[in-house]
Amino acid sequence: MGTVDYAVEMRDITKRFPGVIASNHVNLAVRRGSIHALLGENGAGKSTLMNILTGLLRPDSGEICVRGERVALRSPASAIALGIGMVHQHFRLVQTFTVAENITLGMSRPRFALDMAPIEREVAKLSSEYGLAVNPHAKIWQLSVGEQQRVEIIKMLYRGVDVLIMDEPTAVLTPQEVSELFETLRRMTADGKTIIFITHKLDEVMEISDRVTVLRAGKDVFSCDTRETNARELASMMVGREIGQAPERPPVAIGGPVLEVRELTAVGDRGTTVLAGIDLDVRAGEIHGIAGVAGNGQRELAEVITGLRRASVGSVHICGADMTNHTPRSIIEAGVSHIPEDRLGVGLAPNLNITYNAIMKRYRCNEMCRGPIVDATRARTWTDGLVERFNVKTPNLRTAVRLLSGGNSQRLLLARETSMEHKLVVAVHPTRGLDIGATEAVHTILLRERESGVGTLLISEDLEELIALCDRISVIYEGRIMGTVGRDELNLDEIGMMMAGVSAAEKGDGRLEAGA
Amino acid sequence: MKLVLEKRETVSSFYRFISPLLAIIMALVLGAAFLAASGFSPLKVYYYMWWGAFSDWYGISETLVTSIPIMLCALGVALAAKMLLWNVGAEGQFHMGAFAAAWVALSMPDAPAWQVMPLMVLAGMAAGAIWALLPAVPRAYLGVNEIITTLLLNYVAIYWVEYLVHGPWRDPVNLNFPLSAPFSSAARLPSLFGTRIHLGLVFALVAAGLIWFALGRTKWGYEVTVIGENPRAARYAGMNIERNIVLTMCLAGALAGLGGMAEVSAIAGRMTRQLSPGYGYSAIIVAWLAKVNPWAVVLVSVLFGGLLVGGYSAQVIGVSAASVNMLQGLMLFCVLATEALGRYRVRAVHAAVGGSGEEASIDG
Repeated sequence: MGTVDYAVEMRDITKRFPGVIASNHVNLAVRRGSIHALLGENGAGKSTLMNILTGLLRPDSGEICVRGERVALRSPASAIALGIGMVHQHFRLVQTFTVAENITLGMSRPRFALDMAPIEREVAKLSSEYGLAVNPHAKIWQLSVGEQQRVEIIKMLYRGVDVLIMDEPTAVLTPQEVSELFETLRRMTADGKTIIFITHKLDEVMEISDRVTVLRAGKDVFSCDTRETNARELASMMVGREIGQAPERPPVAIGGPVLEVRELTAVGDRGTTVLAGIDLDVRAGEIHGIAGVAGNGQRELAEVITGLRRASVGSVHICGADMTNHTPRSIIEAGVSHIPEDRLGVGLAPNLNITYNAIMKRYRCNEMCRGPIVDATRARTWTDGLVERFNVKTPNLRTAVRLLSGGNSQRLLLARETSMEHKLVVAVHPTRGLDIGATEAVHTILLRERESGVGTLLISEDLEELIALCDRISVIYEGRIMGTVGRDELNLDEIGMMMAGVSAAEKGDGRLEAGA
Repeated sequence: MKLVLEKRETVSSFYRFISPLLAIIMALVLGAAFLAASGFSPLKVYYYMWWGAFSDWYGISETLVTSIPIMLCALGVALAAKMLLWNVGAEGQFHMGAFAAAWVALSMPDAPAWQVMPLMVLAGMAAGAIWALLPAVPRAYLGVNEIITTLLLNYVAIYWVEYLVHGPWRDPVNLNFPLSAPFSSAARLPSLFGTRIHLGLVFALVAAGLIWFALGRTKWGYEVTVIGENPRAARYAGMNIERNIVLTMCLAGALAGLGGMAEVSAIAGRMTRQLSPGYGYSAIIVAWLAKVNPWAVVLVSVLFGGLLVGGYSAQVIGVSAASVNMLQGLMLFCVLATEALGRYRVRAVHAAVGGSGEEASIDG
């Protein structure tokens, strides 16, 4: 500590979940009165770390100091009592209550009689002090998303929080609201408060933060003052990863297009446009990589192609046939395999056993059924073969999938997806959260697919993975393809710039170096 | 010191297995406290109930008779619950089934049994299915909460039956009683073993067997299982969730409708306004207690049948009929409580020292 005044220090924090280490001896020191950016891919361990700091999770080992004193955090209430509060990405507000009511909700004082007038005065005072314009009498449902976020911030200020964690606060805001939020945050730090700002947007890190820490695969890989770094360096810190050995890529004859996406536009869960005119091809025997920082439309792109999300404009052709906005089932039957981003939430049913999961896309086929009845023996034999061939380690086929490790459940998912009749694989972050061994197994499977003449759309944030596997790499940024480069003309710098939003054409633009 | 609830990381499977049993025992203990407070000896009351429901062949046969409508309704509730749909409307589907069957019986007074009986079964099931279809379609396509719509439709069905027996269907022979004319003997479901036990028991057992087989072995059962466990995975795997919601709800309604048909045809023999003392509501508790397993539904329904029959005999010593409803309610309450305790543990926490608000770390 010495001369530097730290608001929060987390030392050597480790947190294990079944099959993954979400935090691996992480250190984080946040100076009082500063804005500290926490940068990392999805699954890098940002949320786990912040959930530990707000008392939602308990670390397996490590210690936390607040203002130099060691503390034990058992619940969000105990974190609030120490002045640590978080504004979550999904707001925790009661829609039919007023702003003031939401702010006082859950507090132990006043104990009985609820006199709103002093609370409203306090709210009004806080909002003028920090430029958080919001009407205390308004009901939450009447407010815009940006105003609701202000309510969340006031809620924390009202509880006397002086370390405020903001979880991807700009994801839901308009550009105007973003600059207002940044103004508020600056006022708060001028007042001696400390902000931890979780994001994966590089330009925001450069604009607002004083210091930045990059998390990757559960480790803190990089920390420095923001003015000593630049967006390109941060991008490479976020996505880089050592791969055990570059896998063999024998030459393969490239065939005709199996996937053609034209001017594809789609709307995201929050009603904003997440895909803004995507053009894309995948040919037989090719792995086409999509690079990009998380949250730029990758998941939605995969969902639209596989029929899980509607395209508002544009078309998706599979092997020449127009499959735009067809049902997931007809797209499966057209030969599209999908390895979704959220394995356990979308790709598998964790409480069901291995056989149930293995036949999920096959139970309709004649070979698995006699009339309306699923042939249990054939289902088991089939699953047995998959488990054997793809080396899924499990006690038996009746084991629930949630009990498998991350690597084994991903092997099962890949086994199922690559063993059906298919011409295209859409793989979204297929190695995220996996250890080196499991990652290599996934890479081997994807390359085997390529050799058998299947086209693969590989969406990944891991540049090294893309470089090792892909024939072409396109970069996605804010729902647009910034550019495509072939394997022979790969240029890491160029890809890094496109990932930060600079298209190949405006190379050399000063924007990236703005913070350097 | 205060007590806090903490979420458990895993739920022990042994606990999951014994928790319904635990719930029933807890309910009986709580019920005993209530009975004692109102001046009855709980042991005596429970003895009377047991004696009335299970001590002799007559009691057992009455218990089984009472369990038939509960069983059919509860199978329907359980089937829907397998897909995480809360069919609170079994009572209404039961009444509509009874209404449709009675309509067939009353409009064909001279038809032979081989004509009227199959038609009554079909009409009862169809009416129950349609009554379930009304909430199922908005649930499937618009996400309208089925708990509320199924519940409210119960009142519509019950008052519809009330209207009929007070108005157009009132039998002029029973001038002042809200009863329809009696059915012809061809429209009476045959009874078994010379007791009041009727063919409805066979319907229920066959239905339990079919559901058990369909859920475990068929493509449809596979889809229902996956949708109930993870709807997002089901959609990803290309299953038609909307169609399955509608289909499952209709089957659930048909089962309850069949229950209504069997009750009106075998027991009442005419349309009355007191067909059900709340069988459709008991069915919800039964489905919970049975953890959605069809064979367990059969067993628990018999237990609940016994509870009702035993309640009638306890009235001999002055216990009010409402006590039985209270016991049923306590059972559901205790089931929910034991399930919560399965997922959470109770931990003692010492109050904060020095006002820092920080809790001492004592692992319990």
